[in-house]
Amino acid sequence: MTQVPPSPAVSIRTVSKSFGKGIYAFRVLDDVSLDIGRREFFTLLGPSGCGKTTLLRLIAGFETADSGAIAIEGEDVTARPPFHRPVNTVFQSYALFPHLTVEQNVAFALEEQGMARDAIRRRVGEALEMMRMGAFARRRPAELSGGQQQRVALARALAPRPRVLLLDEPLSALDLKLRKEMQIELKMLQEEAGITFLFVTHDQEEALTLSDRVAVMQSGRILQMGSPREIYEAPTHRFVADFIGDINLLDGEALPGGGVRLDSGTVLPAAHAASGRVTVAIRPERARLVPAGTGALEATLVHSAYLGTAMLHKLELPVGGTFLLRQSDPAEAAPEAGRRVGLSLPGEALRVLAQ
Amino acid sequence: MSPRRFPFTRETALLVLAYLYVPVAVLIVYSFNANRTATVWTHASVDWYGRILVNPSIQAAAWNSLVIAVCAATAATVLALLAALATRRAFLGRGASEAVLNMPLILPEIVVAVATLILFVSLGVKLGLGAMVAAHTAFCIPFAYLPIRARLEGISGTYEEAAHDLYANRVRTFRRVTMPLLWPGVMAGFTLAFVTSLDDFLTSFFLAGPGMTTLPVYIFSAIRAGISPEINAISAVMLVVSVLLVSLSFFLGRLRR
Repeated sequence: MTQVPPSPAVSIRTVSKSFGKGIYAFRVLDDVSLDIGRREFFTLLGPSGCGKTTLLRLIAGFETADSGAIAIEGEDVTARPPFHRPVNTVFQSYALFPHLTVEQNVAFALEEQGMARDAIRRRVGEALEMMRMGAFARRRPAELSGGQQQRVALARALAPRPRVLLLDEPLSALDLKLRKEMQIELKMLQEEAGITFLFVTHDQEEALTLSDRVAVMQSGRILQMGSPREIYEAPTHRFVADFIGDINLLDGEALPGGGVRLDSGTVLPAAHAASGRVTVAIRPERARLVPAGTGALEATLVHSAYLGTAMLHKLELPVGGTFLLRQSDPAEAAPEAGRRVGLSLPGEALRVLAQ
Repeated sequence: MSPRRFPFTRETALLVLAYLYVPVAVLIVYSFNANRTATVWTHASVDWYGRILVNPSIQAAAWNSLVIAVCAATAATVLALLAALATRRAFLGRGASEAVLNMPLILPEIVVAVATLILFVSLGVKLGLGAMVAAHTAFCIPFAYLPIRARLEGISGTYEEAAHDLYANRVRTFRRVTMPLLWPGVMAGFTLAFVTSLDDFLTSFFLAGPGMTTLPVYIFSAIRAGISPEINAISAVMLVVSVLLVSLSFFLGRLRR
């Protein structure tokens, strides 16, 4: 007997969307397709204006796609208004109803669904307990701090037990410390509730920490989709490599049969299947300082910063351009600024990206 | 250090305030004058207030003013609310629509009053209460529209999206989210329209028809027979009511969301 695999939580097929008309038309989403698995923590990551929020709004139903189809757990919802879709949203501004108390806010969707009074009271209590907001049930949103409002917004969106929870940069209004706490809490919440999370953010660190899978977007397209480790360690696009974390990018010419001749003339032993102009990428923590004349590249040390857990060296390449190098043991002796040093670049740490 | 001030700022301000409010202050003071001649002070008394309370023609005029103001303000507020909702989103001709709505603020009232009178007479509309309510409604619309519109602009569209997201359809969203958030604006608009109708003289005067008076029309006809302390007393009452209502409207308009 064969088992039919369950349909994905969210399935997006060749969706395009433009704003404006005629010559003012601006394409925000360009032929985007993706599947989000059930119970997955999936993140759309990209700079502002890349189309990530528009994609979330299309799934929520606040916008309609020009073409393409959107299905939630196998059901086509493309033509459905937001109030007929089994998803709930946590808004960037929280959008808590100011004229209702915390518990009335959380009960809103349940009342609209026609749930019985007793069941609503129980469910609201559970949702507020889960977010540790039970003591604030009778307060108005204006009487709560930003972090508390955030919790109420989560409780309100989770109370109807949606198939998919959409989160539109929900942590961006919080200060750094609170944001870190909420990140951990969100991740635990997702595992506990067993709900698919679709998270939108421009913060790459947040995306890597939280997600099972990340889609990196630019100019209305998905450039790369994969686990945080894949995205970080094996970027397939120059933009992805540059957007996620610190990276050194060296331009050059691909040599047939492997290796890249940099513009400075140095040949790096990087494996690739490309041809023509390419970029060699290497993370700062993968390069090592060696005595001058013994490394693949020569450089001059410009500045060293002590980071506590590591040293970050800024180097100047002779052909121009800077190179970042992260020395993981800050206790290790480091050369003084102004000294010429060598850079050891392990072949397996080099990524060759087409330009 | 406090910022540098221009010389005589305080003196100028006091002069301007005096210029604006001395006539009103005199009116109020003389409404408490016991002397029958309104311009000669003898001693304080509240007799005139007692008299206007029992004067049947003043009672009738006050009642008419009240009925007209309630009806006209209600109708104007409903129309203004619909107009504010309709002009919420940008569309071709939105600016023109708003200009037309706010036209009564700019048009000379005497012209509109005469025009309305001619129209009603040529159409055979009977002058009186009905005609006055209809005309008052028209010029009250912008007074109701402006606070509603201001309030609506302050309500972020995200609240409505959130309501849709939480399974409320358009009608339910309007009832449970838009209207409650808009309510202080609607009340402010109603109050302002009410005061505007209550204080109107010109339109009422032209459209009153025989035997019909409102308070301002009554004051006008009474004053032709000579200034009496009674007039001072009615005017003072109207002033207090108007100021209270406008303050209420202002307060409602600024109410926390």
